[in-house]
Amino acid sequence: MLLRHTPKEVKEREGLTINPAKTCQPIGAMYAALGIHGCLPHSHGSQGCCSYHRSTLTRHYKEPVMAATSSFTEGASVFGGQANLLQSIETIFAVYDPDIIAVHSTCLSETIGDDLQQITKKASDDGKIPEGKYVIYASTPSFVGSHVTGYANMLTGIAEQFAQSTGEKKDQINIIAGWMEPSDMREIKRLSKELGVKIVLFPDTSDVLDAPQTGKHVFYPKGGTTVEELKSAGDSKCSLALGCISAEPAAIGLDKKCRVPFETVDMPIGLSATDRFIMSLSKAAGVEVPDEITAERGRLIDVMTDMEQYFYGKKVALFGDPDQLIPLTEFLLDLGMKPVHIVSGTPGMRFEKRMKEILQRIPGANFKNGLNADMFLLHQWMKNEPVDLLIGNTYGKYIARDENIPFIRFGFPILDRIGHSYFPNVGYTGSLRLIEKILGVLMDRQDREAPEEKFELVM
Amino acid sequence: MEAMKQYPDPSRIREELVQKYPAKVAKKRTKSIVINDPESIPEVQANVRTVPGIITQRGCSYAGCKGVVLGPTRDIVNIVHGPIGCSFYAWLTRRNQTRPETPEHENYITYCFSTDMQEENVVFGGEKKLKQAIQEAYDLFHPKSIAIFSTCPVGLIGDDVHAASKEMREKLGDCNVFGFSCEGYRGVSQSAGHHIANNGVFKHMVGRNNEVKEGKFKLNLLGEYNIGGDAFEIERIFEKCGITLVASFSGNSTVGQLENSHTADLNVIMCHRSINYMGEMMETKYGIPWMKVNFVGAESTAKSLRKIAEYFDDAELKARVEEVIAEEMPKVKAIIDEIRPRTEGKTAMLFVGGSRAHHYQDLFTELGMTTVAAGYEFAHRDDYEGRHVLPNIKIDADSKNIEELKVTADPELYQPRKTEAELEALKEKGLEINGYEGMMKQMMKKSLVIDDVSHYESEKLIEIYKPDIFCAGIKEKYVVQKMGVPLKQLHSYDYGGPYTGFVGATNFYRDIDRMVNNPVWKLIKAPWEKAGNGKGTELEAAYVTQ
Ligand code: SF4
Ligand code: SF4
Repeated sequence: MLLRHTPKEVKEREGLTINPAKTCQPIGAMYAALGIHGCLPHSHGSQGCCSYHRSTLTRHYKEPVMAATSSFTEGASVFGGQANLLQSIETIFAVYDPDIIAVHSTCLSETIGDDLQQITKKASDDGKIPEGKYVIYASTPSFVGSHVTGYANMLTGIAEQFAQSTGEKKDQINIIAGWMEPSDMREIKRLSKELGVKIVLFPDTSDVLDAPQTGKHVFYPKGGTTVEELKSAGDSKCSLALGCISAEPAAIGLDKKCRVPFETVDMPIGLSATDRFIMSLSKAAGVEVPDEITAERGRLIDVMTDMEQYFYGKKVALFGDPDQLIPLTEFLLDLGMKPVHIVSGTPGMRFEKRMKEILQRIPGANFKNGLNADMFLLHQWMKNEPVDLLIGNTYGKYIARDENIPFIRFGFPILDRIGHSYFPNVGYTGSLRLIEKILGVLMDRQDREAPEEKFELVM
Repeated sequence: MEAMKQYPDPSRIREELVQKYPAKVAKKRTKSIVINDPESIPEVQANVRTVPGIITQRGCSYAGCKGVVLGPTRDIVNIVHGPIGCSFYAWLTRRNQTRPETPEHENYITYCFSTDMQEENVVFGGEKKLKQAIQEAYDLFHPKSIAIFSTCPVGLIGDDVHAASKEMREKLGDCNVFGFSCEGYRGVSQSAGHHIANNGVFKHMVGRNNEVKEGKFKLNLLGEYNIGGDAFEIERIFEKCGITLVASFSGNSTVGQLENSHTADLNVIMCHRSINYMGEMMETKYGIPWMKVNFVGAESTAKSLRKIAEYFDDAELKARVEEVIAEEMPKVKAIIDEIRPRTEGKTAMLFVGGSRAHHYQDLFTELGMTTVAAGYEFAHRDDYEGRHVLPNIKIDADSKNIEELKVTADPELYQPRKTEAELEALKEKGLEINGYEGMMKQMMKKSLVIDDVSHYESEKLIEIYKPDIFCAGIKEKYVVQKMGVPLKQLHSYDYGGPYTGFVGATNFYRDIDRMVNNPVWKLIKAPWEKAGNGKGTELEAAYVTQ
């Protein structure tokens, strides 16, 4: 047993987090910044944070993840990191020549109290930012929130620091992507095109973190939302924020700065959430939903009805991030499954409220988020009430193996499988893929464990 | 040497590498890029700050302390005191394998423990939460030891992890609780963390159990972290030779082994950078000499075994070692003979760690491959130039802050295992007793040696040299591969290994053969790109029958 010390009996903990279901803000900020074209993320702190964030993103994507660091030493920690950041800006523009440097803070620079706004202003006053180039920033202390908060903070910084309103509205809609994969962003673009809606999607990590092998390393890959697009976001008719935790803050920021009204919808994972996304987008743009999309939906629901017996009543444990867990849980319920244990390390009342509403259909379901809502607790719950399926990031495989439970990788980080960068989980097609995966592991288990006389040819 | 002739003059290459840097940066970097001459080794600037803004391979002191040195011991509960990220990223990502005695024995390596510091802890102090966390860990697991690791904010807000640990150690009674001030900003790289870890392990663990175990030839294996099962292979060889391993620092180790390690009669050191402090301190306090060895490479393994036998100076052991070598080598040779024609003459670059960039050159040599450039991520001058430069190394502000333990001979336990004269005699025979000659002596004349290579420099090097393989870590892996050059990860081994000993060497040969000869590298261009894509391409159709 790999997690042999996890006891069945649950005891309240206050000081110790074990096997966290979250990580820290800057990695989210780094990921969001990679979705801007020509942007180099910069970690303002000591080298370790940057190295860890790059490594984790690299393991998840199997792609180059470029980012620089202020390389604090003890001196910087005592006297403040201004000199380090100014030198970084100078070095980066000289050596790596990005269009944008997106600076995020770390625990260290936050504890010292470095003021990123003031330092970037100084860099600009000192002429360290070349003409036509930008340095943007976001405050991302990890002792608040989680990696999801960091993503939201950087995205808000991007929206607020780039968007401009010229006073003339454009016939376009902003789609502010919550933390999703490049494949998901690509799918959002495809669906919008199918609907005939012109969108500005940000961030957009497709063609950045799923770059083709060409024999050349392109430091700033072709993908990513451009500065032009970001500027024009201030003139869009409205914004759709996909996710109340990771995307909505940017929509609010944009509304405050440029008066762009917004609607927050769930990330389109599963049937109902995709329905709502399509409805909202078609309404906002004033377009009809084309038959092709109705047919896509039809194919999804067709499989749901055809295979209903394999889902119905199956118990599921899941962990991950709020904006994915909300629609995913709802989808599992639509499939007739029973999500009985759910944890997310990301705090937030909004999330708690939504989950409680959704879980009303499952009396007695265990749900916890925020402090001490970790995978250790989830595992203990699973020992007390076993489940048929576990859904979560790669770290779930240790629980799945110990408890002999079918497991689907979903969320961040996925360190041991590929696919998430290439095949979406959003939209009707993405949901179909999710179903295929769920069926696959459930049926593989049935095939493996059925007595010989009950081994089925047709399923 | 033949291979070098195809490249431009190395001093021109050096100029090109720093050309794009701002003047001050260029000046600084130039001192870390040297042209090797094994006969008269030039000085390399190493263990200095990375220029802010430079994309570096380096990590932090916490990574070196918790991740590298303490992480592999399976029965310590390692609690990271700080915000969540630091602990999360070090969770199982280093691949230090471990094999508990039974399925019931303790193993906490699969767990990640953190105090998940919140804003109020940063503002009002986190010691209370830390003590609470220690108590909870104790109540849940009753471990023998709990170690506490400080991350960046902890030092700044003034939490005293040592006092908190002491208080809890006294309160709990049967649990050895101790702390490390390994905040990420200390030093200039992981290296500071290694030193801090050595100090802590030495102070709080070594020497706690004086029971002398059975065994005629007892040694500790220092600086071997069992990545990919490396220590397992060395353990297998030791056992076959009749050598007793008291403790590994720290691959596949237990608290008990480390606490008993001072009863060994020799320390052999694999990774000099991360653990040489331990070797020195144990020599001073207990009289145990240390010796540099290398079990990476089949020939190097044989050589290291012979050195160990020479040290113990026992005819039976020497004979046994020869028997083992004679038994193992033919299998290795058979595989080399098959593979070498496909790897001969190819070139490699290694930029990694504090010892691997040196050790792995032996394996490439065995494959007939040439190392054209190499460097460490976080080593010091002695790892490049040899320990004789130690007295000349300037201690700068960044190193000064790292504690040097004052160690003296233990009044009861100090017992020199060899007399001065015996040690001298062994050195005469070529044993690196209490010494290390460094990487450069072994590298070709005119090869490039680069400390803390930057991303920019690596790309340039690849453009210029077009090596057949590049060795580095995960952050570099896909960048280099996008350039069409296979990258071998020498931290995680690309999830393969072991690469030590005789079995490991053959694993490595096969992996390198696969990587440099894999047909996939030739498929990168689409056929239409090769054919000029649509330009002047008439369909070359022909009828099947005339
Ligand atoms: S938690 Fe803070 S100190 Fe740790 S890796 Fe994240 S940003 Fe860095
Ligand atoms: S071999 Fe390299 S990676 Fe391993 S501990 Fe030594 S320096 Fe670190």
